[in-house]
Amino acid sequence: MTFHNFRLVPPLVASGAAAREGFIAHVGRRSLEAGRALRDVRTWSPLLAIQMRRLGVDSVPIALFIAVFTGIVLSLLSSYIFTGAVPLYFVGALVGKTIMMELGPVLTGMALAGRVGASIAAELGTMKVSEQVDALETLAYDRYSYLVVPRVLAATLMFPVVTAFAVAVGVGSGWITAINLLDLSTTEFLKGLRQFYQFKDVWFGLVKSASFGFAVALMGCLRGLATEGGAQGVGQSTTSAVVLGCEAILVLDAFWALVLL
Amino acid sequence: MIVLESLRKSFGGSAVLRGLSLEIPDGQNTVIIGPSGSGKSVTLKLIVRLLEPDAGRVTVDGVDVADLDREELAALRGKIGYVFQFAALFDSMTVAENIRLGLVKRGYDEVTIRDRIEESLEVVELSGSQDKLPAELSGGMRKRVGIARAIALKPRYILYDEPTTGLDPVTAAVMDQLMIRTRDLGVTGLVVTHDMRSAFSVGDRLAMLHEGAIRQTGTAGEMQASHDPVVREFIEGRPQRVALEPPARRSVG
Repeated sequence: MTFHNFRLVPPLVASGAAAREGFIAHVGRRSLEAGRALRDVRTWSPLLAIQMRRLGVDSVPIALFIAVFTGIVLSLLSSYIFTGAVPLYFVGALVGKTIMMELGPVLTGMALAGRVGASIAAELGTMKVSEQVDALETLAYDRYSYLVVPRVLAATLMFPVVTAFAVAVGVGSGWITAINLLDLSTTEFLKGLRQFYQFKDVWFGLVKSASFGFAVALMGCLRGLATEGGAQGVGQSTTSAVVLGCEAILVLDAFWALVLL
Repeated sequence: MIVLESLRKSFGGSAVLRGLSLEIPDGQNTVIIGPSGSGKSVTLKLIVRLLEPDAGRVTVDGVDVADLDREELAALRGKIGYVFQFAALFDSMTVAENIRLGLVKRGYDEVTIRDRIEESLEVVELSGSQDKLPAELSGGMRKRVGIARAIALKPRYILYDEPTTGLDPVTAAVMDQLMIRTRDLGVTGLVVTHDMRSAFSVGDRLAMLHEGAIRQTGTAGEMQASHDPVVREFIEGRPQRVALEPPARRSVG
């Protein structure tokens, strides 16, 4: 038995090495394709503004809706936690810091992973199964330049913009809640907000959200273009794009916290 | 000329093409006939390298398609129009925008683009449909727009994937006339179909695909006179072994 197990080792090692080489070759090919697609500016540049509107501007309402309620809950929650132990003006600090650095980017990212990731995967998946992607190639277009680059760039550029609006509205709704429902004045709220504010809080959140946009759009595109079969295949791609997008956001969130904080 | 040499292609262990060889001469309509799932559409996709063969060679005008880099492949695809089975029109674009897309990629000026769109729609008898969306068109009209999109690029070759499938007899006859008219304009056609009426109507030369290889080639007359039982069975639409039992007669008492 031992002898047989021993004999199995070399093929396993060999297959592991082959898998590694295959993976490296795959990553290399993908990187070359990405580089080539990015250089094809004439193809993707006219589509960038359209995608920025679709993926970014059209996502503002859902992001603001989430931000309003996040601000309200955070303000009430921090007042509840601080009661009697910490001066109440710390509500401003907590609302500001938390929304700018964490909840603004992550909740907006999650909402957009659903909206943007699903929309990209469903659109490209339908195009794939109805041979529209093949038609594009026969018209001499590169699928990555035409379909992937404008979407990924647009999401990378627009997620921070949408997040910035969401942060402003979230802090604003937290402030309105504090002055109306808590025993707190505007001066006190702003005192807390300013006391612990650093410029890093802003750019940290925006850098994170740019990376979330990149990951969500990339997952949507890759899952969409890998769609096989019919309506069921499109459904599966859409679901997996949303799940992978959300997972990528959480992993990137931890990564940036480790690297930048 | 397009030459297919010993093409082999499998999907998930299932061999679809098993050494297909065929020459598609210039200036003619060549029709590949064969049952559904016999690899006809796969053959078309191998020609424009939407798929890669497992073995064998595709040459277009003497150039091996496998040797082309991205730019050369794009140039080759510029010479070959492709009419998809379900037209594959971009559903968010109007008819004119669908035709325009390929012309823009080739860098034509706006005047030429507008003229080409009008010309190609005139050929397929859809003038005035520029602003319609694919969802507003019937199946036959969509296929005609697919042809217009292909011929607007003035290709040397057009590949037609099941052009008459799902169409009523009158619309199918219109499609046949379009394929003949396109050939008369000097475009070499390669049609894959299992519609024998259409094959005999448009094909200068027919090739029967059976079990992954070409079983017989010839003119419509030669195919109709064939003594090969497989060819006869297919063109006459009569299976050798009748699998279905005749319906049992009800006794009327």
